[in-house]
Amino acid sequence: MSNLKILMNGIITENPTFVLLLGMCPTLGTTSSAINGMSMGLATMFVLVCSNIAISALKNVIPDLVRIPGYIVVIATFVTVVQMCMEAFVPALYASLGLFIPLIVVNCIVLGRAEAFAAKNGIIPSALDGLGMGLGFTMALTLLGACREFLGTGKLFSMTLMPEQYGSLIFVLAPGAFIALGYLVAIVNKLRKA
Amino acid sequence: MLLSLTGICLVAGAILAGVNQFTAGPIAVAKATALEEAIKAVAPEFDNKPTEDVYMAVSSEGDSLRIYPAKKDGQVVGGAVESNTKKGFSGEIRVIVGFDLEGKILNYSVLQHAETPGLGAKMQDWFRADKNKQSVLGRTIPDGGLKVTKDGGDVDAITAATISSRAFLDAVNRAYSAFAGVDGLTGATSTDNK
Repeated sequence: MSNLKILMNGIITENPTFVLLLGMCPTLGTTSSAINGMSMGLATMFVLVCSNIAISALKNVIPDLVRIPGYIVVIATFVTVVQMCMEAFVPALYASLGLFIPLIVVNCIVLGRAEAFAAKNGIIPSALDGLGMGLGFTMALTLLGACREFLGTGKLFSMTLMPEQYGSLIFVLAPGAFIALGYLVAIVNKLRKA
Repeated sequence: MLLSLTGICLVAGAILAGVNQFTAGPIAVAKATALEEAIKAVAPEFDNKPTEDVYMAVSSEGDSLRIYPAKKDGQVVGGAVESNTKKGFSGEIRVIVGFDLEGKILNYSVLQHAETPGLGAKMQDWFRADKNKQSVLGRTIPDGGLKVTKDGGDVDAITAATISSRAFLDAVNRAYSAFAGVDGLTGATSTDNK
């Protein structure tokens, strides 16, 4: 696979949210607004790239039997780094994402890519795979967040596009997350097959 | 096997210790500025350092709340009370409420909450909007505390979020009970226990 193909694989062909349907918990939980979805996607992307690089570099050092604990320690380290940096430099964002940042550790995309890709490939392809998957995840979360924010409150990235009373509150709440995600998955799959 | 896992954990520990040392300062600064700004926003104009003069006071429920006294030319002119309630729809709500010496609510700020977005989450703006009987600014707390109209009070609750509204008023009432109980609107002596 060429490098470009690896990158596009995560963004389109195997988009973690719309095609693989991985990491649904943060997807549904954090996308109540476009900016929240985007920040969550970017934080996950950082962890994905770093952990893919580290795991692909360590793949010959870690014995097969203890690879899962090894990967989890590596991933958890990067997540904690992200969490501390967020708390220090963007406290407002940290307050709104809160609980979901530590949950990146158990996001199945991160461990899934470590196991399925980084453990079998070199450092550069692994980094690209992490970047592609991360970008795909970020785009999906931003799109879902934007749909929910617009349909729910009439705003987009906190800018008012239509008066709030035309918004339907259900899209900001949990059921709306499922509805919006379902339609987005359907549309993306239709477009992908066309 | 043992060696590689130990090695990974050692490196991870070292990285985290380094990042912690690097971010501990900015995190403390960010928290302190957030608190100072909240006090500045709600308390009457002051020229002392309320965060240094902070003392604890007992609320009507027997627990202690932090009071940041606002002083001008050495005279107490009011204070900001950091209050909380566990009666919210989901999780603890923390608010900071500013009072003047007559016990009038000057302003408030919601420090932390996990209420439903689009419903209870509106409390940051709802109770200061000058519309119908929504605003609590400028009110004094009657005997028995502020109540929503549904409970026989005279504060309009957030539409479709009566539980969050009740919880918010509960936090305000608790703040007042601590402020009035100790600082003595009646002129009682202050039990200053810094």
